[in-house]
Amino acid sequence: MKIPSNIITLILGVALTLISLWYGQNHGLMPVAASKDAVEVDSVFNWMMTVATGLFLIVEGVLLYSVIRFRRRPGDQSDGPPVEGNIPLEIFWTAIPTVIVFFLAIYSFEVYNNLGGLDSTNSRDILTQQATAVPGNSSTKMVAMASPHHHLALGIGPNYGANGGPPPLEVNVKGIQYAWIFTYPETGVISGELHIPVDRPVKLNLEAGDVIHALWVPQLRLKQDVIPGRTSILAFTSNLEGAYPIVCAELCGAYHGGMKSTLYVQSQADFDKWVQENTFAESETPQNTMAMRSPLTNLTTDGEYLAPYAQEMGIEEETLSQLQAHHHEIDRAL
Amino acid sequence: MSTPTVTPATAAPHPHQERKWTDYFTFCTDHKVIGIQYLVTSFVFYFVGGAFAEVMRTELATPDPDFVSPELYNQLLTLHGTIMIFLWIVPTGAAFANYLIPLMVGAEDMAFPRLNAVAFWMVPPGGILLLSSFLVGAPQAGWTSYPPLSLINSKWGEEFWILSLLILGTSTILGAINFVTTILKMRIPDMDIHSMPLFCWAMIATSALVLLSTPVLAAALILLSFDLIAGTSFFNPTGGGDPVVYQHLFWFYSHPAVYIMILPFFGAISEVIPVHARKPIFGYRAIAYSSLAISFLGLIVWAHHMFTSGTPGWLRMFFMATTMIIAVPTGIKVFSWCATLWGGKIALNTPMLFAIGFLSSFLIGGLTGVMVASVPFDIHVHDTYFVVGHFHYVLFGGSALALFAGFYHWFPKMTGRMFNDNLGRLHFALTFIGLNITFMPMHELGLMGMNRRVALYDVQFQPLNLVATAGAYIMAVSTIPFVINVFWSLFKGEKAPRNPWRAFTLEWQTASPPIIENFEEVPILWAGPYDYGLDTESVDEEESLEDMLAEVGADAT
Repeated sequence: MKIPSNIITLILGVALTLISLWYGQNHGLMPVAASKDAVEVDSVFNWMMTVATGLFLIVEGVLLYSVIRFRRRPGDQSDGPPVEGNIPLEIFWTAIPTVIVFFLAIYSFEVYNNLGGLDSTNSRDILTQQATAVPGNSSTKMVAMASPHHHLALGIGPNYGANGGPPPLEVNVKGIQYAWIFTYPETGVISGELHIPVDRPVKLNLEAGDVIHALWVPQLRLKQDVIPGRTSILAFTSNLEGAYPIVCAELCGAYHGGMKSTLYVQSQADFDKWVQENTFAESETPQNTMAMRSPLTNLTTDGEYLAPYAQEMGIEEETLSQLQAHHHEIDRAL
Repeated sequence: MSTPTVTPATAAPHPHQERKWTDYFTFCTDHKVIGIQYLVTSFVFYFVGGAFAEVMRTELATPDPDFVSPELYNQLLTLHGTIMIFLWIVPTGAAFANYLIPLMVGAEDMAFPRLNAVAFWMVPPGGILLLSSFLVGAPQAGWTSYPPLSLINSKWGEEFWILSLLILGTSTILGAINFVTTILKMRIPDMDIHSMPLFCWAMIATSALVLLSTPVLAAALILLSFDLIAGTSFFNPTGGGDPVVYQHLFWFYSHPAVYIMILPFFGAISEVIPVHARKPIFGYRAIAYSSLAISFLGLIVWAHHMFTSGTPGWLRMFFMATTMIIAVPTGIKVFSWCATLWGGKIALNTPMLFAIGFLSSFLIGGLTGVMVASVPFDIHVHDTYFVVGHFHYVLFGGSALALFAGFYHWFPKMTGRMFNDNLGRLHFALTFIGLNITFMPMHELGLMGMNRRVALYDVQFQPLNLVATAGAYIMAVSTIPFVINVFWSLFKGEKAPRNPWRAFTLEWQTASPPIIENFEEVPILWAGPYDYGLDTESVDEEESLEDMLAEVGADAT
């Protein structure tokens, strides 16, 4: 008995939907999500994967079916049916993608807004030459130039502490070829790796010392270019303890691939312990000795990746002077 | 079908000049010679750029930078990108446009033949200048050349790169002026704008993009050059310049450049599929107008390359929306091509295999393209291997496969010889398998945390990188049957008739290869470009048509 074609179509449609839904949620392509925001980004991706899987299967299925079913038989020189179009079908496949991208755009907007991407303070451009690192002051200092810069986004993340919430842990981040330097203004700790307590809002003030870098933590799904002459901001809260890579994601020179560090998300107790150990070390170490020490051993993680290339890189002196200047700055600030 | 296609055999064709082989090495104004010159030159650079890619993949087989130094790696990645874009894909588009447009619209030559020759002869100097940057230290800042990095390393190499791009950019502008004028002004009187082949529509859309956006790149590069040589600070932050401004100017050209690289090949696919599926193109007007829509939208999406850079939040939303809308006209095209195949009589020869391969892999690039348009997701994958995978599916899986489809489709017309179909299919199989093995794992690498443009990477990424490297070697092997096929067919191939595919567009109504000035007499348009299956007696008619064509051909030569 021949099964009616609309039943086959129905079964195929149901199977296609189920496969797409299953794969969209279970592709397992993403690394662990270390914050609530990362989970939201993943849900956008899962949704896109679902739709993409469905479309992929439909189009590839049509191609495969056509190649098998409609291939020319040997000796057949005749033409196919003279079908030149089908207006309802064309309207259908114009409308469906339009609706899909419309919803996708709204959903992405929603998630981006939740990440704090449209937040009035953090997504604003601050020129370091004219303003201090405190974003609130910039508008008063640059009255004449205020309006265009109000709209320049140079960062992402919610404006923690603005509406009476707990103040974020601020960390000043400097990107140089090929290292990240993290300084904690509250405690004066300087480190080559980033330690933060779990579940506490963190605000990174990013600056570049030479060329453009980009700070990326794949597990947080966050990335922001670090542009010389400006401060950009990343604000986030991690809710999962662990050690995650910090990757430079903007070509910054030959050893761009080695510009890595580690983000340690720790319990409050472990974090306090780390701060104490490093504060002690700082006060014990006089400034001169500090500057004399090789940055490649001081900034442990960079040492790990780049120590073998230290000779070829020839950046020791440069980095040293950068570090020294930076250290002075911190001292003045304290 | 009662009207004969071309001149009746009785009309005495006026004597034609013979084409000499030396013409191909001189300043020749014949559009067909220029087309071949473009094609051969661009394929020379294809092998150079491909060799660079193989070196890079060999380096990336291991996490340590042990095969080439990181400096050399960055030079190779800069030149690989620049060569493949400006010296392979774009000039190949110009090659097809030069060769085909006058034939398709029934003209003797392009509107401005000398300008056309000038445009071509800017390509070899531009390419040689680019490669000679190795003598002074090749540029290392990537094909995007973002300052301040591009102002620091390999100063003179960077300047060579800028000058080379200015030359090549000028060449594409001159070419585009010619294409638009020829298509709009030189069609035979019978051919209205809706009965010209879809390749011509695609070239109008491409040329519009070239004319509107390339001058902006030129401006950016000239200012960058001042920063580099004269010490100005347009983009240099140490003097108060703004590196983000460069990014805007650069992408204002370089995103449309993506469409400059894909639209001509969309056009080629619209020609190849109906012929070998023996069916009219599905939705002629939808495909034609969607080219124009892509062209327009392509001008207002550039900042989606800057979602992690310094752009206002609301502007990120604007560019996300416009980028996603491009999926609609692109989807219309893909669905229309699939519908053209549906119910046809598909000949699985080399051009058609490449065309179907194009559809299946361009689809993947299109789907990931919508994903990276979503700002929150793009913030994660920007500048990672996910993006590398995405754009190689668009430009290799898309443009390059369509390029090969067109290459084999028009090979008999251009050379007068048939190619070997089995070698062609082998070329397709190796390319298709190789590209998927190379570029598919890159998506996962990027999602997991591998950044792009790195000579050294984390050990955990090695297995998938090894897979990608193996795929790259398969693609290298795929060029062997290709090269053998081209040279063997050129010398030993079966002589091609005028119209081996029984196609309806005008280029198949003259000799293979076409005589100088193309047609014996102004051709008569007796059918639309894709009127397959409209005449039930076409089988008989086709044969008598062949006879007539053979007669005319015999007289002409």
